[in-house]
Amino acid sequence: MTISTSHDAAAAPQGHGAAHANHSLTGFIIFLCSESVIFLAFFSGYAVLKLSALQWLPPGVEGLEWRTPLLYTVVLVSSSGTVALAERCLSRGKLWGFRAFWLLSMAMGAVFLYGQAIEWRSLGFGITSGSFGGCFYLLTGFHGLHVLSGILLMALMLQRSFRPANYAAGEQGVIATSLFWHFVDVIWVLLFLLLYAWS
Amino acid sequence: MTSSAGVDARILRAPHPVPGAPDNWKRFFTFNTDAKVIGIQYIATALFFLLVGGLLAMIMRGELITPAADLVDRTVYNGLYTMHGTIMLFLFIFPVLNGLNNLLIPCMIGAPDMAFPKLNAAAFWLVPVFGVILMASFLVPGGPASSGWWSYPPVSLQNPLGHLINGEALWILAVALSGISSIMGAVNFVTTILRMRAPGMTLSRMPIFCWTAFSAQTIQLIGLPALTGGAVMLLFDLVVGTSFYRPEGGGDPVLYQHFFWFYSHPAVYVIILPVFGVFSELFPVYARKPLFGYPFVAGASLVIVGLSLIVWVHHMFPSGVPQWMRDAFMVTTMLIAVPTGIKVFAWLATLWGGKLRLNTAMLFALGGLFNFVFAGVTGIMLATVPVDIHVNNTYFVVGHFHYVIYGAATMGVYAAIYHWFPKFTGHMYYEGLGKLHFLLTFIGTNLNFFPMHPLGLMGMPRRVSSYDPEFAFWNVIASLGAFLLGVSIIPFLLNLVSSWVRGAKAPANPWNAIGLEWLLPSPPPAENFEEHVPTVISGPYGYGTGRPLVEHQAEIERALQQA
Repeated sequence: MTISTSHDAAAAPQGHGAAHANHSLTGFIIFLCSESVIFLAFFSGYAVLKLSALQWLPPGVEGLEWRTPLLYTVVLVSSSGTVALAERCLSRGKLWGFRAFWLLSMAMGAVFLYGQAIEWRSLGFGITSGSFGGCFYLLTGFHGLHVLSGILLMALMLQRSFRPANYAAGEQGVIATSLFWHFVDVIWVLLFLLLYAWS
Repeated sequence: MTSSAGVDARILRAPHPVPGAPDNWKRFFTFNTDAKVIGIQYIATALFFLLVGGLLAMIMRGELITPAADLVDRTVYNGLYTMHGTIMLFLFIFPVLNGLNNLLIPCMIGAPDMAFPKLNAAAFWLVPVFGVILMASFLVPGGPASSGWWSYPPVSLQNPLGHLINGEALWILAVALSGISSIMGAVNFVTTILRMRAPGMTLSRMPIFCWTAFSAQTIQLIGLPALTGGAVMLLFDLVVGTSFYRPEGGGDPVLYQHFFWFYSHPAVYVIILPVFGVFSELFPVYARKPLFGYPFVAGASLVIVGLSLIVWVHHMFPSGVPQWMRDAFMVTTMLIAVPTGIKVFAWLATLWGGKLRLNTAMLFALGGLFNFVFAGVTGIMLATVPVDIHVNNTYFVVGHFHYVIYGAATMGVYAAIYHWFPKFTGHMYYEGLGKLHFLLTFIGTNLNFFPMHPLGLMGMPRRVSSYDPEFAFWNVIASLGAFLLGVSIIPFLLNLVSSWVRGAKAPANPWNAIGLEWLLPSPPPAENFEEHVPTVISGPYGYGTGRPLVEHQAEIERALQQA
C-alpha cells in the first residue's frame, strides 16, 4: 500500500517508508514537548516548596557540594557534542565514525550516571528528609531514569546500524534518539542550576 | 497515486469490507490495529463502565432519598462517590470520546488509518487494564479510595490499615495508567491530523470536529504530564513516606491542588470541546444550512485551549490562596465565556431559519445545547469569588458539573453515536427507540440535576450520606430523576444491539450529509479510501450551495449507490 494521503507523500517520490518515518519523528517531537511538562511540574513544585519553606535544608545538612557534580555536568553536556559529531559522520556515510562517536556518547552518559550514584551514596540525607530530600532524590532520580533510557535507546540504534540497508528509509531513529539526548542534557543544565547553583 | 488516475477503477470496484466483517465479532477482542475496530472497542468498553458508574450513582441516590443514612455504611458511601467520579471520567467519558476520535478523525480527513496503529491499539488496551485495577480496589482490605475523585492530601495520605496495596495506591496507579494511555492517544491524534490529511484539505477546510479534537488533544499533551508529576509525588508521600504534601515534614498540601487542577480543569475542555465539534457537525446537516462563522468557531477552540490553561485556581478560591490570585483567576475564568459564547451564537445562527429535521441525533444535539447553556450560566456564577465561597462544597457545584458532563457532554456523545451509527455499523438505528431514549434522558437529566442547584443554595454539602430533613423534597426529586436516567439506558442498549444485528441496511449517506466520511461505503473498508483518496476542493458544510466537496464527486457518489 502507498500512503497517498499526506501532502509530502503525494509530492515526494520516496514512497511509503519515508512518509511513515516522518510521522514517527513528528510524533516523537510532540511526545518530547509533552514530556518536558512533567519536568516543568517538578521544577515549579521544587520552587514553590523551597520559597515557602521555613527550614529548607534538613538539620545537619549545610548544602550541596557542587564542584564534583559540575565536572560530571561538563561530561554530560559535552556528550551532546559527540552525538552531533556522530550524526554528521552518518550523514556523510562514515558508518564507523558514527559508531565510534555514538559509543563514546553512551560511555559519557554512563560516566554521568556513575558519578550520580557515587554522589547519592555520599549524601547525609535521604528521600524522607523533609521536602528538600524528597525533591532532590525525585528530580535527580527522574532525570537519571531519562539518561538511562537514552543510553538504552542509543544501544538499540547502535545494534540497528549493523543491519544491512538500515538507513534506506531515512535516519529518523538516530535523529529522534539524538533529540532525546539533547533534551536530557538541557533538562540537566536547568536541574543543576536549580539544585546546586540556587542556594 | 493521484485521484484522477483512479476514478475509473473506483467506479468499477465494489466496496469490499474486511474479510469476515462485520459479522466477525472476534476481531473486537484482539489486538486489532484498525482505527475503526479500536473506536468501537473504546465505545463498548466505555458503555460498560457507564453502567458500573451509573449503578454506583443509583446506590448513592437510593441512600439520599431519605435524610437518614440507612442504606449503606458511611465509609462505603465515601468509596461510592470517589469511585463514581473516577469511573465516569477516566473509564467512561475519556474512552468514549477517544472512540469517536478513532472512528471519525481518519475518515473525516481522508487518512487510511491513524499515524501509529500499534500505539493506538496499545493505548486502547491499557483502558481495560486500569479498569480492572480500579475495580480490584473494591476487594483490597480497607476498600477503594475514599477521598473523593480529586484525592486531596492530607485525607488521601491516610492509610489506616497500613497495607502497602491499598485502595488509594491502586487509585493513583490506575489514574497514572490512564494518563499514559491518553498521552499515547494524544500523540497519535495530533500527528494524524497534522500530517495525514487528504490532498487539498488545508487546515481551513478541516471539519470542526477535527479542530476541536485537535484542541482537546493538545490540552491532554500539556496538562496530563503535570497531573502525572503531581500524582507521582502523592504516591511517594503515600508509599515511601516523603513530605511533598505533608505539612509536618515541610510539605504543602495546596501544591497538590495546583497540580491536580492545572490538568483537571482543562480536562473539562478535553471533554466538552469534541462535543462542541459534534454540535458543529450535526446542526448544519439537520438544518440544511452551512455552519455560521466557520473560522470563528474553529479559532474559538484554540482560544479555549489557551484560556483553559490559566483558570485552574477557580477550584481553589477557598483553599487559602492569595487575594490577587482569586481576582486574576476570576477574570480569566469569565473570559472563557467569550469563545464559548461565540460558538453558541454560531450554532443558533446556523439553526435560525433552517429546515430542521428532528431525528434522534438532532434531538440529542439540541437537548445537549440547552443543557450546556444552563451549565454555562451557573458556571459564570461559580466563577464569581463571593458566590463560589458561598456555595463551595455544596450541591450547587455538583449540579453545575453534572449539567456539563451528563447534560451536555454525554448527550452530545449520544447524538454522535446515533448520527454516525449507520456509517460504522452499516445498519440504521430504530428511530422510535431512539426518541424514547432521548425523552427519558432529557427529562431524567433535568429532574436529577436541577434540584441540586436549590439544594446547594440552601446549603446542603456534597459528599454526605445523611442530611437535614429540610432538604428532603428536592432530594426525592433528584433520586427519581436518577432512577429515570438508569431506565433510559435500556432503550439505548436495546437499540444499539438490535439495530446492529437486524436493522435495515444503511446507504453510504443516509442523512445527505457533506463530508469525506460520507463518501465511504457503510461500513468503510479496513483501509479508508484504499488507493483512491479524493482531492478536496472546497470547505466543509456547503449545504444549499451546490458546490462539490471533492474532485469527481458525482462519479464517487454514483459508484457508492451502485455498490
